[in-house]
Amino acid sequence: MNHASHAHPLPFWRKYIFSMDHKVIGVQYAVTSLLFLFFGFGLISLLRWQLAFPSQPVPFIGQFFNDTQMVGGIMLPEFYNQLGAMHGTIMVFLGVVPLAVGGFGNYLVPLQVGAPDMAFPKLNMMSYWVYFIGGIVMLCSFFVPAGAAQSGWTSYPPLSDVAPLGQTVWLIGMVFLITSSLLGSVNFIVTIVQLRAQGLTFFKMPFFVWAQFVTSFLLLLAFPPLEAASVMQLMDRLAGTSFFLPSGLVVGGQPLAHTGGGNPLLWQHLFWFLAHPEVYVLILPALGIVAEIIANNTRKPIYGYKVMVFATIFLGFMSFVVWAHHMFLTNMGTSMSSFFQITTMIISIPSVVILTALILSLWGGSIRFNTPMLFAVAFLPMFGIGGLTGLPLGLTASDIHLHDTYYVIGHFHYVVAPGTIFALFAGIYFWFPKVTGRKLSEFLGKLHFWPSFIFINGIFMPMFILGLAGVSRRLYSPEYAHAQAVQPLNVFISYCAWGLGLAQIPFILNFVISLFAGKKVDSNPWESTTLEWQTTSPPPHENFEHEPVVLHGPYEYSVPGQKKDFLPQNMREN
Amino acid sequence: MEHGAEAIKKQVRVYIAVFAALGTLTVVTVAVSYLHLPFHQALAVALFVATIKGSLVAAYFMHLVSEKKIIYAILILTVVFTLFLFYLPLWTVGSGLVAHVS
Amino acid sequence: MSALIKYIDKPHPVTGVTNSKLGIWCFIASEIMLFGGLFSAYVLLRSGSTTWPHAATVLNVPLATLNTLILITSSVTMVMAWASSALRDYNKFRMYLGLTVLLALAFLVIKGIEYGHKFEHHHFPKESIFFAIYFTMTGLHGLHVLGGIVVNSYFLLFGKRMWDEHPEQFTGRIEAAGLYWHFVDLVWIFLFPLLYLV
Repeated sequence: MNHASHAHPLPFWRKYIFSMDHKVIGVQYAVTSLLFLFFGFGLISLLRWQLAFPSQPVPFIGQFFNDTQMVGGIMLPEFYNQLGAMHGTIMVFLGVVPLAVGGFGNYLVPLQVGAPDMAFPKLNMMSYWVYFIGGIVMLCSFFVPAGAAQSGWTSYPPLSDVAPLGQTVWLIGMVFLITSSLLGSVNFIVTIVQLRAQGLTFFKMPFFVWAQFVTSFLLLLAFPPLEAASVMQLMDRLAGTSFFLPSGLVVGGQPLAHTGGGNPLLWQHLFWFLAHPEVYVLILPALGIVAEIIANNTRKPIYGYKVMVFATIFLGFMSFVVWAHHMFLTNMGTSMSSFFQITTMIISIPSVVILTALILSLWGGSIRFNTPMLFAVAFLPMFGIGGLTGLPLGLTASDIHLHDTYYVIGHFHYVVAPGTIFALFAGIYFWFPKVTGRKLSEFLGKLHFWPSFIFINGIFMPMFILGLAGVSRRLYSPEYAHAQAVQPLNVFISYCAWGLGLAQIPFILNFVISLFAGKKVDSNPWESTTLEWQTTSPPPHENFEHEPVVLHGPYEYSVPGQKKDFLPQNMREN
Repeated sequence: MEHGAEAIKKQVRVYIAVFAALGTLTVVTVAVSYLHLPFHQALAVALFVATIKGSLVAAYFMHLVSEKKIIYAILILTVVFTLFLFYLPLWTVGSGLVAHVS
Repeated sequence: MSALIKYIDKPHPVTGVTNSKLGIWCFIASEIMLFGGLFSAYVLLRSGSTTWPHAATVLNVPLATLNTLILITSSVTMVMAWASSALRDYNKFRMYLGLTVLLALAFLVIKGIEYGHKFEHHHFPKESIFFAIYFTMTGLHGLHVLGGIVVNSYFLLFGKRMWDEHPEQFTGRIEAAGLYWHFVDLVWIFLFPLLYLV
């Protein structure tokens, strides 16, 4: 362990700001993306006012906005659209993915495979800073004339092609974010393939590492088509081309000056070619986190580890061939829609396999209901609801009715909000002691969990009813007739959303207080088996005193004949 | 790919041969274009020649003739997904979706 | 940074490749998907278009043929640079890599002249789908050429120290840079006939 970098301590800015240590970069990613998550949540909480109390002035906060955003505190439609579009963009590309992959992946993958660092530390640093620039660009878009992007997070043309300047800034931001993911995913793949510790075969890797491995392939291969599409949309907006503009388009009563001849569906194809695998980029790391926590807190191996791994690989592969189920309303031919209905039904199988394996893992365990476990267990039914409600959207007959309604919003938020984000919270509570050497408060943790759990269901469950009633997901004003019938639900949802915001206060307090005054714990407080717990907390520079040699599988809990109920991966039998 | 000095010297001769082939094929494909074949034939010839040239570059310059399994695995995966990317827009056209404009 | 990271210069005993080689191939895989998206757009837009010009009448085929030959030559000099580096012949290596950079610059200059002619005749990307595709694809390819020039110039100007200290690792890096460069050549091999010849 003794070499040059220890003899000369690095200056502060090299150690904590432009650091090449994967642990520092992981923490940078995690903190930045948590801030973005709260910001993105703030945007939608503001938007909820308009849906609950249409065309009434926003109390107190309303006065801080300029008159392109709110007039007399009343939200303008353009600003409403910006809030919606930027909420989606920020939550997906700047919040959840960077937290799940950049934060958890960066911090844990090298530790769990027993490597001193990622394979390309400089590239790792670059990927964080490129992400950071992308985030700043996105935030700046609120301040350009006519505000941020307002064509939805999907940026469908022709609307996005003729939208104001904010859309251009959005595209530039996306190019940065895509580049950052590419750099990151190359690094993950090489680290996992090349730098596993001695004895750590592929089938001894923790499930979390498998999840990150498949996720990296999705990022690597699915993102570039969107980059191509972004370049084309930039050309449409800046150089006046017509990649996505058909001939004879009339906007606002005026024929468009563009030559036309393009095809707006091209964007949809390239966008969803990314964005469907992106769903699994959101969900796979979450499944990985939940698997780790469930195995640890049931004190038994997860059920069907190998089956879960194969299901994950199959899931990753299939996620590339389902994208057009987002496009059933585009008048595609019957053969094409049949193809995508079939693949969509097929892809639900591995998801169910993984979920079932995780639920079966609870069976017969002596479960410790600590905060990470509460979030992890809550994840299971929430993800289940999210998955099952997706089936009617995968079949054209029902999708035609439900498309672009609140039903869709309810469905995918069950997957990513009480699903993925709960898993990410579980991960924060679980690995906080590893990163800081201190534990988060259990009391505040439970005070965070229970209200969050109740409010988040209060938000998304009624959305299914709204959707079935035909309420559109994007309309500014819910004052049309068939939305009025269910308007009380909208008010209820908004109160729940603001309640969910308040429920995060215990978490923030807990996070800050525990950082300085949390209970100090030893290196393996949860008595876990995987490699990251077999080094000090926080781990030293380059992670391990001696390169670990792996002897066992990842979940050797309650092995008969052992003195303790867990057998670390690198420890001889005791 | 071999790293021994002799093996590399042998490879250098292969590179020169590939270079000659690439140059010749470039001239051929340009010459064919001056014949003004019907569109489909011209496309077939151009793609055929380009595929040969591309394969030569990939096989010899990028050493794919003697690469390790893991690299093949990644490339096969990529090619499969690229094919999907190519096939489906075509399918969209086939289903009569694209309005022909005048 | 980390002296402990393994398989930087020696291949991994099981996979048989170094980190940088696996990394560059993953990167190329993503580049294949990037250009795959563009080619797929080309296919869709062209098959939906009824007004596709005969390329030879609006584009300069002889100039593009010259550029094709230049890029092919630069691919050969690149692979020769790698071979010289593997044979530990620094002077030859420097000559070949220098030639590669020069040829790449020549490619860009000719491309610039081509663009200049187009602009003179008032052909801009917005004129038609054909010119939109032409400028976008050749432009993005040009950016990749520029990237290759930057990388190769870096090795040419600042590579000596690394060559002296870790010749094996240096050769690995040249191989990675070469793989990228051949990929850029490969993209052009398909772009050229699809844009200029059919």
